[in-house]
Parts: sequence; C-alpha cells; structure tokens
Amino acid sequence: MAMQNELVKSLAKKPATLLYPFEKYDSIPGSRGKVVIDITKCIGCGLCIRDCPAFALEMVGKGPTCDMKWYITRCVFCGQCVETCPRSAIIQETTYDLAGAEKAALVIEYKRPKSS
Amino acid sequence: MKNLSENTFSVPFGPQHPALKEPENFMFTVDGERVVDVKIRLGYVHRGGEKAFEARTYTQGLYLVERICGICAMAHQLCYVNNVEALIDIEIPRRADYIRTIIAELERIHSHLLWVGVAGHEVGWDTLFMYAWRDREVVLDLMELTTGNRVLHASNTIGGVRRDLTSEMISRIRKGMKLLKERTNYYKAMIPKERTLMKRAVGVGVLKPQDAVALCAVGPTLRASGIKRDVRRDDPYSAYDETPFDVITYDGCDVASRVLVRVDEILESIKILNYALEHLPSGPIAVRLPRGVPAGENVSMVEAPRGEDIHYLKSNGTDKPERYKVRAPTLANWPAVGAMIKGGYIADIPIVLAAIDPCMSCTDRMTFTEVNSAKSWQWSRDELRRYSLKWRGK
Repeated sequence: MAMQNELVKSLAKKPATLLYPFEKYDSIPGSRGKVVIDITKCIGCGLCIRDCPAFALEMVGKGPTCDMKWYITRCVFCGQCVETCPRSAIIQETTYDLAGAEKAALVIEYKRPKSS
Repeated sequence: MKNLSENTFSVPFGPQHPALKEPENFMFTVDGERVVDVKIRLGYVHRGGEKAFEARTYTQGLYLVERICGICAMAHQLCYVNNVEALIDIEIPRRADYIRTIIAELERIHSHLLWVGVAGHEVGWDTLFMYAWRDREVVLDLMELTTGNRVLHASNTIGGVRRDLTSEMISRIRKGMKLLKERTNYYKAMIPKERTLMKRAVGVGVLKPQDAVALCAVGPTLRASGIKRDVRRDDPYSAYDETPFDVITYDGCDVASRVLVRVDEILESIKILNYALEHLPSGPIAVRLPRGVPAGENVSMVEAPRGEDIHYLKSNGTDKPERYKVRAPTLANWPAVGAMIKGGYIADIPIVLAAIDPCMSCTDRMTFTEVNSAKSWQWSRDELRRYSLKWRGK
C-alpha cells in the first residue's frame, strides 16, 4: 500500500483523459499540423518536392503556372517544405484532426486562380 | 530443436504472443518450470531502412533516421547529424549543442518513464503503469511545445537545430521538471518498498558484471550490473562535455536494479536539463551549409535511452550516402538476454525481456547463418543476387 496517498489524491481529481471527439485538445502553438500552400506566392521551383522525405507533395504542370497537391496520407509533418520554400509560400498550421473516411478527401489541391 | 533430455520441452514464444508488443520469435528449452536454453530469432520486422538511405538525399535522410525508432528518435537523429557534420567538418553553434542536449534529455525522461510503466504492466501492477504514463504526458507536451511534435521531433537539421528555445518555453520546461522531480522522487522512495514489484524483480534475470562485459550489454542493462559506462561521459558529444552529471550504477544485477537505474537516470536527466537551461549560450542556432557531403566515412556514437547507439556513414561525394549502417542498442543487448533467462522461470520471461527495454524493429537485420559451421554473415542485395544466379546455374 505504498501508493495510498496518491490514490486518495486522485479521487478528488478529474480524469486525465479527454472525451475526443466531443472534447478537443487545444493545440499547442507551434505544433506541426496541416500544410497550407499559398499558391499565388509559389514560383514552381520544385525545391519542396526535392526535399520532402515522404513524397507528399506533387506539382501539377510546370514552372510558375503549376498547381500543387498535398497528400495527407503520405505526409510525416516534419515541416521541411516550410523551411525549404524560398518564397515562404508554404506554412504549417496547428490543425491536427485531419483524418477522413475517403481516400480522395485526403488529397488537398492548391489551384491557381484562373487569370482572365 | 533437439531435446536435451527426456525431461525437457521446447516452448516457442512469439512471433505473435500476448506478452510481446512486437513480433519476435524465441525458442525456449525448458525443464519443468526452469528455462534451460533460449534461441532468439530476429527478422520479423525487417524494413530495409539502411537500403532506403541510399536512395534519399541527406536532408530526406534526417527524417528517415528518426523512424528507426519512435522512442529514441532524437538519439538516432543526433547520431546521424553528428556523422554528417563530421564529414563536412564544421563546428555548429554552441547554442544548438545545448538545445540538442536539452531535447535528448527530455527524450530520455520520456523513454524511461514509458519503460517504468511497461515494467509495472509486465508484473501486473497496472497502477504504476497509469501513473508513469500520466507523468510522461508532461514531457510529451514539452516536446510538442519545443519541437512541434510529441514524438518524432524533427528538431535537428544538418548544421544546427530547427527551432530556438524562447524564454516562455524555458520557464515551461523548468515548471514541468519541478513537477517531474517531485513525482520521480516519490516513485524512487516507493518502488523499493512496494512488494508487488520487488517480489517479481529482486534476484530475477541476473546478469553478472563479467557476463555483462563479455556479452557486450549496453545502457541501463549494463549499468544495473555495476559497470560504469556511458557514452555521454566516455566520448562526449553535443554539450555533455560541459555538463556535470553522475553515471548511475547499481550492483543488484537483476531486474530491480534495472528499474532503479532508470528511475535515478530520470533524476539525473532533470539535473542535466536544469544545468543546460541555466547555461544556455546566446547566438545563432544553425549554420547554412552547402548541399552535398565530401567523400569519406565516419562513425558516431550516442547514448540513447536504451544504450549505446552506433551509426556508420560512407559518403561518395554526392548528395546521397553510399552506405548507412545502424547498430541500435537493443541488438547489443540480445546476447545478454540469453544469459539472463537461462536458469530462471518461464513466468519471469516477460519481465526479463521487458527489462532491456527491447525495440525489435530497430534491431532487425538480414543475416544468414549456416547451421553446420555456425558461420554468420550479411549480404547486400547485389551479392545475394549474384549468389542466387551462381547457385541456380549449377
């Protein structure tokens, strides 16, 4: 019974766990979550694709007119693309609940606005 | 397997077994309840990681190396960046060295707390498991705050670290450490008095000091046999050369000593952390480096939470390594496990196995053993292909 004090103390405390998904954990600032590409800043240099360790980024088209695709299922959330991007077009948000039931929904496309 | 006498049986244990978290096969020869012999078969979770390094650039390798082990991620990455930085021949800023030390020690605390919980779970004391894992959350939250990830921190880059410590982070780490110190001291006082654990741990899985050295045990397993050996002190890297700390040893040579070594090491890590936070130098956190690494080879060692981790890098001057070899600490501890289990009871197998804090997938390599001559060797894919062509051509 060496733990009795701890046991008595714990009786008065609320559980250490949260009832996810009803109760959500506030993400800590700086936490590595969703990758967001500002396509208007992108120059299509392809450096992020060269450095990505998980092959999670894809360029559709070539050069400054390209669109970008981000595969959530492949991404390891290391944030190397954010560091590599010479135009700071990629940022990482703290959003962590990115799971989905369909595979198609787990590919995010960042498309360039059509120039008229 | 041939039985030693009429009274012995062979008991296969794994690859799928409720007492093992990862698939691995052990063939125990038993005489009644006593274990007479053990044969360990590795290789069920071979992932081809070493080959994958050869297809990735040094920057991509940074994140692959972490995935060798989810719990010693920082130790493996530190070993990798030490190797690459040694080949480029560059001094990294002192502040980066200190931040690396801080993250590495946070990781040690998290790994040891996790292990204390697992040890409690293996002997059927799930209360300790719950408490230790609750406390581990404190460290994981600090990890997320400082590096952005709870595990697989991705905190290093070649030439420094990726994120600086702000004064707010430092005060949060200090606060967390105060809480953990209090709790760990409580566990330290409570564990030797608690019969639930001690009855299952004292005198179980004995590894004599001479056996520990002869069988090349590493880390807490070795230090629980009274041998004072720690890479952080013997061959310092990062900021360990300036950080004062004691190498914890216990003389019990059993599972109880392995528990106490780890609990004491948590306290020692808190001491290192507090020192590093107080003496954190100012300045840049990283230096910019050219892509590509000059040709050459290098070996580096890091004290991972489980023991000495050795990485070997051979570069041919391109932006991808020519060969990368990893010797994870668990691999070094397997021969010692044989010595610990022989002569013990079958019922003690789970806790003795858990006591080395095994990480199977770190360890798995493709090794060929010729049964008749007991010769063992490793082949690359090309060599294997050449051999198969030759053999088929006969």
